[in-house]
Amino acid sequence: MLDIIKGAVSLGLLWSVMTIGVYITYRVLDIADLTVEGSIAMGAAIAAQAITNGINPYIATGISLLGGMAAGLVTGLLHTKLKIPALLSGILTMIALYSINLRILGKASLSLLRMETVYTPFERLGLDSSWAIIALGLISVIIVICFLYWFFGTEIGCAIRATGNNPNMVRAQGINTNTMIIIGLVISNGLVALSGALISQNQTFADVQMGTGSIVIGLASVIIGEVLFGKRNFFLRLVSLAMGAITYRIIIALVLKMGMHSNDLKLFTAITVAVALALPIIKAYINPPKIAIEEGE
Amino acid sequence: MLSVNGIYKVFNPGTVNQKIALRNVSIEMEEGDFVTLIGGNGAGKSTLLNCVAGVYGVDRGTINIAGTDATKLPEHKRATMLGRVFQDPMMGTASDMILEENLALALRRGQPRGFKWGITSKERETYRQMLSHLDLGLENRLHTKVGLLSGGQRQAVTLLMATIKKPKLLLLDEHTAALDPKTAERVLALTDKLISENNLTTMMVTHNMRDAIKHGNRLIMMHDGRIILDIRGEEKKKLTVESLLKRFGSASGEEFTYDRALLS
Repeated sequence: MLDIIKGAVSLGLLWSVMTIGVYITYRVLDIADLTVEGSIAMGAAIAAQAITNGINPYIATGISLLGGMAAGLVTGLLHTKLKIPALLSGILTMIALYSINLRILGKASLSLLRMETVYTPFERLGLDSSWAIIALGLISVIIVICFLYWFFGTEIGCAIRATGNNPNMVRAQGINTNTMIIIGLVISNGLVALSGALISQNQTFADVQMGTGSIVIGLASVIIGEVLFGKRNFFLRLVSLAMGAITYRIIIALVLKMGMHSNDLKLFTAITVAVALALPIIKAYINPPKIAIEEGE
Repeated sequence: MLSVNGIYKVFNPGTVNQKIALRNVSIEMEEGDFVTLIGGNGAGKSTLLNCVAGVYGVDRGTINIAGTDATKLPEHKRATMLGRVFQDPMMGTASDMILEENLALALRRGQPRGFKWGITSKERETYRQMLSHLDLGLENRLHTKVGLLSGGQRQAVTLLMATIKKPKLLLLDEHTAALDPKTAERVLALTDKLISENNLTTMMVTHNMRDAIKHGNRLIMMHDGRIILDIRGEEKKKLTVESLLKRFGSASGEEFTYDRALLS
């Protein structure tokens, strides 16, 4: 049981980075960005291919980050310059990335078995493999959270947050909302690809299919984080996203342990997200808000 | 300060829904002018304001703001010269962000945004002072989300944001129309105060004849996409609702039948 939890926590930490990326588009920019399904697999593909070719795994992971940023840039340009709706722009990039990822991998999947990964130096320090993942996962999440906390406090960061909130007002303050949307998408997809790179090195292979359904996992983690751990200030909000991703993994581990077939996982996740998104409506239906109207009003 | 030269604006050109919203409109505004712009539904007054602000491009003619040809400039570039307040109190502020963050965004209008902190502690004191002049008790609510403020408070904040960095031209688009009469009056008084304190060049769209007569040094009336009256100086001071209605009749050849303007 402890091993299951440990495995779930380590996987959750790696997915936290992706969850934070989804949060930037879904909550901050108010865009449902499907590019992530392609960019997570792209991050995995780039890292796997680079490592196979003898590149240092940390540099390989860095290249993945850049690849994801490029994917975000493409979606951003499609959306802002060509005025294609955000949802469709994301789908177009996602589909395009499927072919690109196959090109990068050269085949449908690439194994990293017995190769040096970002986790190897931690294992050399004497940590067993899940502790090595937890250690590196924790470091990555802390760096990402600190970076974003700083970034969204800067002038540009404030402008991006305002763009998701009220683009009219932002333009009236002399800010190019298109640029802000592009920057947001670039950072988001960079993080998602970084997450993909870390995940592929953990599972020791990269697969062109690994992005399928990842947006729903990301959304589930965002919502679980917000519901369970609140959304007080921005820093705690970022922390709650990581907690959400870990909680999601623990839930999945538990339902699998209880005997659910792993083929049903995506159905389970989709239903969870649908219910979570519908929660306000369901609540209002079961327990309608009482309006007190006094005589004579 | 503002020079609008023969502009045309056509919506849905070439379709059955084609509407010519502005027909050969020209305006010259001097520095310090306070123009009230009045007209019925569909007269083109908001379209004119939005064309100046760059929300819409124009189909013919030119727009020059403070010596800069703005005809082809995108909205966010023109915004460096403009202060704007909208009819909808929701439009002028970011509701999920706190009061000081909104003000900080406005203070940096016209500056490139970089990696400096979005708000400095020195600014906070300035904001507190400026807010205390509004007399709405907002100086102690710098950390309140703007979405929690009332419509009148939000319009007052938007006014402050529009003038915190002195604009070349202040554009007010029926900014009191969505408020209750008492709040509207307070916001208008604040408008007058900010304009005279900063000597701002202002264009204010209103549907309220009394407000249009009471405020500003110049009144422009639009009808069917054209400017039909341009009254200024002493003549403007002597205007009454009755005389304005009469002049509207003789200028347009129609009777003024816009209930909202007459009743309010």
